[in-house]
Amino acid sequence: MSEQFWTYLFVGLTFGVYVSIALWARASSTKEFYVAGHDVPPILNGMATAADWMSAASFLSMAGLIAFLGYGGSVYLMGWTGGYVLLALLLAPFLREFGKFTVPDFVGERYYSKIARVIAVICALMVSFTYIAGQMKGVGVAFSSFLGVSFNAGIFIGGFIVFIYAVLGGMKGVTYTQVAQYVVLIFAYTVPAIFISIIVTNNPIPQLGFIGNIAGSDIAMLTKLNTVVTDLGFKEYTSTTKSDVDIFCITAALMFGTAGLPHVIIRFFTVSSAKAARKSAGWALMFIALLYTVAPAVGAFARMNFIDTVNEATYIENNEDFEDRTAEILSKGEKPIPKWYKDWEKTGLLDYNDLNQDGIIQYRGPDSKDNIENEIVPNRDIFVLANPQIANLPNWVIGLVVAGGLAAALSTAAGLLMVISSAISHDLMKKTLYPNMSEHTELGIARTSAFIAVVVSSFIGAFASSLPFVAQVVAFAFGIAAASLFPVIFLGIFWKRMNKEAAIASMLTGLVTTVIYICYFKFMGGVEADWWFGVSPEGIGFIFMLVAIVTGVIVALISPPPPIEVQKLVEDIRIPGQKGNLR
Amino acid sequence: MEIQSKKQRLYWKSVRLFTAVLLVVWFLASFGAGIIFREFLDQYYIGGAPLGFWFAQQGAIYVFLIIIIIYCLGMSHLEKKYDFTN
Repeated sequence: MSEQFWTYLFVGLTFGVYVSIALWARASSTKEFYVAGHDVPPILNGMATAADWMSAASFLSMAGLIAFLGYGGSVYLMGWTGGYVLLALLLAPFLREFGKFTVPDFVGERYYSKIARVIAVICALMVSFTYIAGQMKGVGVAFSSFLGVSFNAGIFIGGFIVFIYAVLGGMKGVTYTQVAQYVVLIFAYTVPAIFISIIVTNNPIPQLGFIGNIAGSDIAMLTKLNTVVTDLGFKEYTSTTKSDVDIFCITAALMFGTAGLPHVIIRFFTVSSAKAARKSAGWALMFIALLYTVAPAVGAFARMNFIDTVNEATYIENNEDFEDRTAEILSKGEKPIPKWYKDWEKTGLLDYNDLNQDGIIQYRGPDSKDNIENEIVPNRDIFVLANPQIANLPNWVIGLVVAGGLAAALSTAAGLLMVISSAISHDLMKKTLYPNMSEHTELGIARTSAFIAVVVSSFIGAFASSLPFVAQVVAFAFGIAAASLFPVIFLGIFWKRMNKEAAIASMLTGLVTTVIYICYFKFMGGVEADWWFGVSPEGIGFIFMLVAIVTGVIVALISPPPPIEVQKLVEDIRIPGQKGNLR
Repeated sequence: MEIQSKKQRLYWKSVRLFTAVLLVVWFLASFGAGIIFREFLDQYYIGGAPLGFWFAQQGAIYVFLIIIIIYCLGMSHLEKKYDFTN
């Protein structure tokens, strides 16, 4: 069977499962629509959170990114897992104890202010639209590269699938499809990883292969990789060119950003209690760690394998006489390019330019020792995608990887959609503009805004290449979440004295400074030499988060303390099982 | 404040202390071992990986997971001790 057949089969099957779940898990009340009825078991919420969290970028790009960055890639590994510690210890159980529906809901009630609520809505929408556009773009790429469907049609099909379960089932539908999507994506990720680990290190467990020796030798894999990349003129794999200060700030911005991301936080509203929220955060991190500890191993193996098979390989122009040419090159004692190279070349993910006209691919770093120029630029997504073929796995595994990538993109998109729709229908319409609205009407508006959000994000995804902010998810989404949302939620729980004036000042400070800094250095020609304290736009969210916290504390101390009912509410959410006056 | 009982105050104090201790571990495993002390730790090896590098790409994640597990167990214990289990 061809890989095209298997890809259609797996994508068709998994989409069928998602739609069936959607039809089964329809939401009939706003409570079911926003928080899946507050009764999702912790382990299932852990899986759903993991799928919600791991996006197209985690699935397709992260291993490749680490393969190129080496130690520098650690910021993503530590940043995107360490945030769960903050979430579990500082936010999730208390927000669940508070017992409402959305992040702006907490901000609005805790700070007894519609203005604070609306600012939180703006932050949540900015974060979520930036994030979701990247997911829709990922869906378009997957469809156009593997299913022979055009980019825009791919986005439309993906959007339609998400539309079915998000609009019908709300959070309930999204939760149970995410559970299924987690199973698909983790299986699709680890199966090829196990085989490539066996090929490179002879160890079936990638995490152990990572610290093990090269197959059939007693040289450590990472030591060999360090030697190989430095010989080609790259920096050592286990070191970095970035400054420690920047590495520190990016890691911190990603951690605090993770903890402040609305689509992650709302997952913890779906469980039954604060205790269940804690447990659920543990399960979520465990399911995430399954992929995140495999990714650096895949990255290192893939870099090793790429250099072994592609560097100094003789290029073959045509696919038709590939076998004959391979035999001919081998008989001359030279190395032919591998079969997977030809298969993936047509996707544009490998860009070979024979600068010295010798018909051989030379892969070199910036400090090339033999003065040969680099001739090949591999796209970072190629490593996860080509893994099954590099490891000589059967064609069905490729279909599985494509279905896994789509599962990762769709599950994240759906989670974000829930944030967008609840921010509009609940926080903006019900709680700010039309407080007398009936539950039936609110549910209708929730579905309508989910529908509009699907359409808008599909359009943003379709025009992603001409919208520069889409490529800056890491800087924008995490920066804003860290600098504007994390401080007010954290202080709202741990500091009773925090008040309305301080919350508004803190959110605005974090939001405005972060957005201006990122825009200046990303789009308006700011240069690296001018970075404040040597901190890149990706890491600046951490600095402005500290500024926002200090601003909040100062403003709170020079303005009146919050009303007594609010102080009582804060005490209630700290103690398990208490019912507050405001509820 | 008078609306808060002595029991609640003591409970909340223990929670904050427990949380602070775990956050110190969180900081040391990631920012400490993986970034600040990386170069020093890289002279030691775990299997074939330099230790600081390994913490940044693997070890920190395992420590995070252990922290959350200990937090869950510890909080259940504190809730029982102060009788907030419902």
